[in-house]
Amino acid sequence: MPSMSDTPIDAPLDAPVDPQPNELPEASLPADEPGDGPSDADAAPEQADDINRVTALYGLHTELGAKVTPFAGYDMPLHYEHGILKEHLQVRASAGLFDVSHMGQAFLRARKGGHEAVAAAIERLVPGNIKDLKPGRARYTVLLNDEGGIIDDLMVMRPAGEANDGLLFLVVNASRKERDYEEIASVLDRTVELIPAADRALLALQGPKAAEVLARHAPFVADKPFMSITAGRVDGIECLISRTGYTGEDGFEISVANPFAEPLARALLAHDEVEPIGLGARDSLRLEAGLCLYGQDIDEATSPAEAGIGFVVGKDRREAQDFPGAERICEELQNGPQKCRVGLAPEGRAPARPPSPIKSPDGDSVGHITSGVFGPTAGAPVSVGYVDSRFAAAGTSLAIEIRGRLHPATVVPLPFVPHAYFKPQRGE
Amino acid sequence: MTMTTTLYTKDHEWVRIEGDLAVVGITPYAAEQLGDVVYVELPEIGRSVDQFKEIAVVESVKAASEVYAPLAGEVVEVNEPLNDNPGAVNEAPDGDGWFVKLKVTDSSQTSALMDEAAYKTFVDGLN
Repeated sequence: MPSMSDTPIDAPLDAPVDPQPNELPEASLPADEPGDGPSDADAAPEQADDINRVTALYGLHTELGAKVTPFAGYDMPLHYEHGILKEHLQVRASAGLFDVSHMGQAFLRARKGGHEAVAAAIERLVPGNIKDLKPGRARYTVLLNDEGGIIDDLMVMRPAGEANDGLLFLVVNASRKERDYEEIASVLDRTVELIPAADRALLALQGPKAAEVLARHAPFVADKPFMSITAGRVDGIECLISRTGYTGEDGFEISVANPFAEPLARALLAHDEVEPIGLGARDSLRLEAGLCLYGQDIDEATSPAEAGIGFVVGKDRREAQDFPGAERICEELQNGPQKCRVGLAPEGRAPARPPSPIKSPDGDSVGHITSGVFGPTAGAPVSVGYVDSRFAAAGTSLAIEIRGRLHPATVVPLPFVPHAYFKPQRGE
Repeated sequence: MTMTTTLYTKDHEWVRIEGDLAVVGITPYAAEQLGDVVYVELPEIGRSVDQFKEIAVVESVKAASEVYAPLAGEVVEVNEPLNDNPGAVNEAPDGDGWFVKLKVTDSSQTSALMDEAAYKTFVDGLN
């Protein structure tokens, strides 16, 4: 077990991040997630399709009594002993720890040209303004295909520190890793390299008590604002800590080398305020927060304008129209898309699950549900779906067909539960 | 005095037979597997249902599942309080969490059901 105490916790912040701690041979990059040997679950040799991968925390999950479920090629905890409902409420009320190591982590590094070069490379695929992304900041954006459809939604983060100039840290969806990395590699010239980091785990600590808890192990995180990223030590372990998440709550995502994931998780779970949380509650939390799930709410046919995430298009990028599918997306942002993603509050308690049809008051089919659960915090069913834009205004009365029966529903603004992100009044 | 017998299906419903009435619910095993129940869709009074056909729907935070009628019959009563308190299915699956009462039309159908010991063996075989 690696020692957690042989490095000082007051080590300087934003020290150089080493994207290749194992000094993998360059020729193997950016191939499929090179690992560090047979002990690395992610690096297991070619597997039969029906055998799932596991994360560095799998042993801990089973020890904690997790109900395990296959997700995006991984065996992941669906919930632990208290069940989805209580786990959901735990995150809203206190803090929860999620293993999101199945997600794809990768570095993009410019060999020369610094941030400008690496930003220019990723901007070939994303509509966000990455050139002006400040050191220590994170941005939510999307990879686009030539038709303006969403290949994936992802986080692009710029670690601060002079030594990290020209380095971006990417976090992508588990189910889209291979597709994303292929797409990104295809637009890189020889000066920028993509370095998948399958040797890293990702923990999310989310909830109103997350900052207080994490600050006991890493005091510097306390005043870091929402959408920041810091390279620093948690209990002496080198981590990349972003004040981000997918629950609508304040919280952090902590990227750490696989061997340190379990000691770190145990240290965080040792606090009374923290409980382990599975993917079930992650889904109901993100849905109440109005956030998209790739493969359900967004896909390669959906544009950011349709998905209601037009904010991912940077102002300067919109003027320059220099990203894939710019013509379609800018037209949709200008005139409004044909269909768009809306929140729907059904009457009664019946959750409207995908792909329940959505009907107009006249009985015409106007769309379908893409995500729906009973929202434990909302205390009611919460659903999102795509509707013909003529029916997208908040307050519009529609009906959702559930098992052949029409249930009245009202279009409501997203999110269902207000976000509680940490934004100091003075900004950055 | 009426004999009371409780029998079980392979889909994890229980049925408590009291004369020609049958109370139907889901077993603690099913409730445990479903997780927190958030919604129950009950049938209309007077509806007739065949054996092993859908009689209700139970939704947890995880998924929606059908509840099948262990015996053919006519719905004579539904457990209305479940509309406001679906959690009763988790708290007392074999008590307050019952779903419907059926007027049984063919009592010979009980031969297709399991008694408590057989059901217990069946569930043990699933784990």
